[in-house]
Amino acid sequence: MSDLAILNGRFVDGSAGGLLIRDGHIAAVGTFDVPEGVETIDARGKLIAPALIDVGAFAIDPAACLAGGITRVLLMPDQAQPLDSVALIQRMVVAGKPDIWIHPLAAATQGLAGTDLAEIGLMARGGAAGVATGRGWIGDSGVMHRLLGYAGALGLVTISHAEDGGLAADAVATQGETATRMGLSAAPAEAEAMAIARDLALVEISGAPLHFRQVTTAKGLALVRAAKARGLPVTCGITPAHLLLSDTAVSDFRTFARLSPPLRSEDDRKACLAALAEGTIDILCSAHDPRGPDAKRLPFADAEPGMSGAGTLLTLGLGLVRDGTIGLARLFDLVSGAPARRFGLPGGALEIGGEADVIIVDEGAPWQIQSDRMAAIAGNTPFDGLPVQGKVVRVVKGGVLL
Amino acid sequence: MSAASPSSAIDEMGGAIFPHRHLLGIAGLHPHEITFLLDEAEQWIALNRGKAKHDDRLAGLTQINAFFENSTRTLLSFEIAGKRLGMDVVNMAVAQSSVKKGETLIDTAITLNAMRPDVIVIRHESSGAVHLIADKVDCPVLNAGDGRHEHPTQALLDALTIRRRKGRIAGLTVAICGDVLHSRVARSNILALGTLGADVRVVGPPTLLPAEIERMGVTAFTDFDAGLEGADVVMMLRLQRERMAGGFVPSPREYHALYGLTPERLQRAAPDALVMHPGPMNRGVEISSSVADDLNRSAIPEQVEMGVALRMACLDVLTRRRRGVAGW
Repeated sequence: MSDLAILNGRFVDGSAGGLLIRDGHIAAVGTFDVPEGVETIDARGKLIAPALIDVGAFAIDPAACLAGGITRVLLMPDQAQPLDSVALIQRMVVAGKPDIWIHPLAAATQGLAGTDLAEIGLMARGGAAGVATGRGWIGDSGVMHRLLGYAGALGLVTISHAEDGGLAADAVATQGETATRMGLSAAPAEAEAMAIARDLALVEISGAPLHFRQVTTAKGLALVRAAKARGLPVTCGITPAHLLLSDTAVSDFRTFARLSPPLRSEDDRKACLAALAEGTIDILCSAHDPRGPDAKRLPFADAEPGMSGAGTLLTLGLGLVRDGTIGLARLFDLVSGAPARRFGLPGGALEIGGEADVIIVDEGAPWQIQSDRMAAIAGNTPFDGLPVQGKVVRVVKGGVLL
Repeated sequence: MSAASPSSAIDEMGGAIFPHRHLLGIAGLHPHEITFLLDEAEQWIALNRGKAKHDDRLAGLTQINAFFENSTRTLLSFEIAGKRLGMDVVNMAVAQSSVKKGETLIDTAITLNAMRPDVIVIRHESSGAVHLIADKVDCPVLNAGDGRHEHPTQALLDALTIRRRKGRIAGLTVAICGDVLHSRVARSNILALGTLGADVRVVGPPTLLPAEIERMGVTAFTDFDAGLEGADVVMMLRLQRERMAGGFVPSPREYHALYGLTPERLQRAAPDALVMHPGPMNRGVEISSSVADDLNRSAIPEQVEMGVALRMACLDVLTRRRRGVAGW
């Protein structure tokens, strides 16, 4: 593995400098003497930052990840065959190499059916980075209680999907004016808070760490905020879609905007932005779920939920920085630092001795999100046509320039 | 965006009076456009009451009725409307189609389009499905009901019926009663009658009223008697059998006791209140036979009659551009 020096860059804290990479690890940060014979890259004043770690994607999509500066993906267990056995976990661990590292999440229950615990301990030994309930919430409180205790004892973070199953059963939208006008079956936004309230009560019993993959409502965020204040080991995430779009985005039956959880009211969207700014939200993720025409070129309620998000996560995050919602350092904590800390993964920071997962970003580079031209398995983005700024120009994975 | 037509089609298709390529919904229609369609329908009422119920102005055109959801009366109404205007009318019912064999809706749309129809009438059980098809075909599309979303010709024929019986729509109090949640008829009527200046109420059990329905410009009542008070028009909605068994209301019997329209209940409404129902009726559930069959109060058969005339007007207006009618 050859050594590499990235020179003349800027860091997320605004300081200038470069990076020396040796044997796949960061050997020097800031100013240093470039050893002889080392390959050098001139960053030309662009941003040098830790590569992104995406918490909870549904597909292995190296093209989309690299376009978006993502080098590590926590893969949801909702695969063609649910990731509920150690053999499947081991297969996923190597599935993205060499370009990206897949950190599979173990299915919490056998077949993701929500009833019987899967072999979580064996899967953890096989490389699972955590446990996830999958696309759905576990309705049986007894199962969830046992899951949290069991996973917590193994030192694993459980990732939950916060939507009450009874309320959200047939819903494809959030209850409100838009759903009513369009004649879509809808669940009240409180379905999220109800699920969170129960899960938090169970965390209170076991003390086990829990991460809500997406929290998207004012009431849900208030519960997380209060739980954190009480010292519960709880974190939560969100995608750019719920920060930037409200349910009016579905008002022409655009299936690319059919998401899970569904897009919320404008008031909830604003509450999400406030929660991001104040720090209640820990992680910004893509929920990358590329879906082709077979799943999306259908009537709204018949289409599958999900968006292609890996390629746009960083650029939309940089938009939040330009808007003044968050600072640049905080953005990179949301997409890289916090995920690494929460799930005990390498990367997430530019520190001497750390793994050299590094990106060079041209923050100002303008481009347009175009669903039919995305570097991804499928381009089902609700942001089709949006002009954005910020492009990943180089990706270094484990010291290797890609 | 306008549900009546893709915005790009406005000012491109059709004449200045009705600049829409398709009729996908009432949403997006202006009051004068709705009135124009009602006015156009009047001539066909006269024709339909005459001896020779035929006009050849659409002769040579092909109308496909693509009904992905079962229907008897709406399908028949559209078929008669097309035939009375001289069109070749073909019905595609799901039971006989390849949709049952797993063909996607888009593929079906492309197939239908390749047969070069001049107008397609579509009914589908999913909200928004008709919009999806309309984007893929080259001819005007008429929405004959999509999921819980819209059923524009039903609302227009209801408006026509009210206008003929009451002489006006503006200023009338209309109570739309029953399963509003699942009803495309209710949504289209709320939009149409509201646009034309009526004071619209919705009345039903809380389990069958959609959230924030007030945002559509209506007043919501869960007390049937209060909702009927002084109403000039009482429009009853059909309650599907599968929703009577405990899911949304406990039983047909209880629903009738609380929300069934009986002669006694009707006395709450204005003395000359008009009773309407889009059919098919569940007698003894949402409406009692003595009300439904009261010729002085019930406009139910008249609604069916107006349906044919109104649909003839829609078929005529939407095909004017391709027929090269002057000014279109």
